[in-house]
Amino acid sequence: MNRDRLQKPSNIKAYLTFILFILLVWGSAVRVDADLGKLILGFPEMGRILREMWPPDWGYFPKIADAMLETIRMAILGTTFGAILAVPISLLSARNITRSPILYLSARLMMNLIRTIPNLLLAALFVAIFGIGPIAGIGALTLFSFGLIAKLTYESLETIEKEPLEAMTAVGATKSQLIVFGVIPQILPQFISYVLFTFEVNIRAAAVLGLVGAGGIGLYYDRTLGLMQYERASSIILFTLAIVLLIDYFSVKIREKLI
Amino acid sequence: MKHKVNKQRKKHWRGWFVAFLVILVYIWAFQGLPFAEIKSTAGEVTASIFSGLLHPDWNYVYDPEGEDLLRGLLDTLCIALLGTVIAAILGIPFAFWAANNLSRRRWVSGSGKVFFSIVRTLPELILALIFVVAVGPGSYAGVLALAFHSFGMLGKLYAEAIESIDFGPAEALAAAGATRLQILWFAILPQVFSAFLSQTIYRFELNVRAASILGMIGAGGIGTPLLFALSTRHWERVGIILLGIILMVTMIDLLSGHIRKKLA
Repeated sequence: MNRDRLQKPSNIKAYLTFILFILLVWGSAVRVDADLGKLILGFPEMGRILREMWPPDWGYFPKIADAMLETIRMAILGTTFGAILAVPISLLSARNITRSPILYLSARLMMNLIRTIPNLLLAALFVAIFGIGPIAGIGALTLFSFGLIAKLTYESLETIEKEPLEAMTAVGATKSQLIVFGVIPQILPQFISYVLFTFEVNIRAAAVLGLVGAGGIGLYYDRTLGLMQYERASSIILFTLAIVLLIDYFSVKIREKLI
Repeated sequence: MKHKVNKQRKKHWRGWFVAFLVILVYIWAFQGLPFAEIKSTAGEVTASIFSGLLHPDWNYVYDPEGEDLLRGLLDTLCIALLGTVIAAILGIPFAFWAANNLSRRRWVSGSGKVFFSIVRTLPELILALIFVVAVGPGSYAGVLALAFHSFGMLGKLYAEAIESIDFGPAEALAAAGATRLQILWFAILPQVFSAFLSQTIYRFELNVRAASILGMIGAGGIGTPLLFALSTRHWERVGIILLGIILMVTMIDLLSGHIRKKLA
């Protein structure tokens, strides 16, 4: 047996990686002015805020109920429009349905580009376009849902069974017949499940879009925290949490039944 | 046979009921929307945003004095990195608390799980708003917000990784008389290390996206100049910042995907 083989492999690479990593973290800390002292000094301030948040101003609920309903509306419509847009793109992106690489690669590129833009940023763009209000939020959620649903759907489209499709092609089905009778029945439960999942994500997103003026409850976070009405802010947080958890609960129930 | 027909009829009715409910929800959703309030300049602004994307303000990429795109993106990356690292360091000990296979008492891991889910429920942006009040506006508030939220996420994922380990090596070491610390170091950590690393890197990827919008509420990074450019209708600058963010996020995604594939 060769003696060298028994030697421990050199650890230099690991050490260098570690040192580089530490340097990166240290550099970042310097760059962002991270300062433990500042955090410790900030603690009493945070403690004060948290103390003032309790008890929440329960009387504030009726005032924000309309904004909360608007948030839910935005999420419903954004998810719906996004889902509708996602159908053609996910069909175009799936390799087993669209044969031409130029088509499916360019469809995927478009989808991935949209997915890189964070939703609050989309919201800020749509506020510039449509003006302040829920329409901007719906626009942002539409694009965001479109990216998410299209990606999830095309990935499951690529795993569908190909036998029914082959049988249909053999008896001379057209492309649209193939999609309506061969693809959609196989993918529908997953698709609905993805739409519901996106809806869950969108409710959370819609709750903060108001921070950039895109409608919904987010506006009130800014307003109450800005005016230091912490007991109101905490009632908004609790209200939002309750709605999010409620919707999550039902959505998860339905999704469990679907798949 | 009759039973089957009945069941089918029941299913049929349920389908109609669901459809009816869905239609009601949509009528409600469309009702309260002020479609009439769309600004008449909408088309014009969309066109200018696209023209801004096509003719970005290249001078903004690097500006020796003052603010520029590269510095904004660097800040964003720093916020994401630091937030992720703090969360990962804090998350590991807490994850051992929440993992249900390491302690004999159920309530210990149960309370850990509840703790993480409470931490997770607060969205990053709301946290950022609170931290902006506490430590003042700037990147540091963003770091703390990301660290807090990621801590909740990573802690849960780490705990799940610990729960899926194989106890064989740990039992063998215990039989040979190893101390608890030695068991942890030589039998448990090596099993979870790559899962921890992979989840942390994925979290970093998500945090880069999050960090690029934190600036819109005053928590540092590229979001601040973007919001400023949007509100002053400086479309060429909006274009270059958008391109910068898209490029950065894509590169981080590719890199992180590559590393995670290697780890798996």
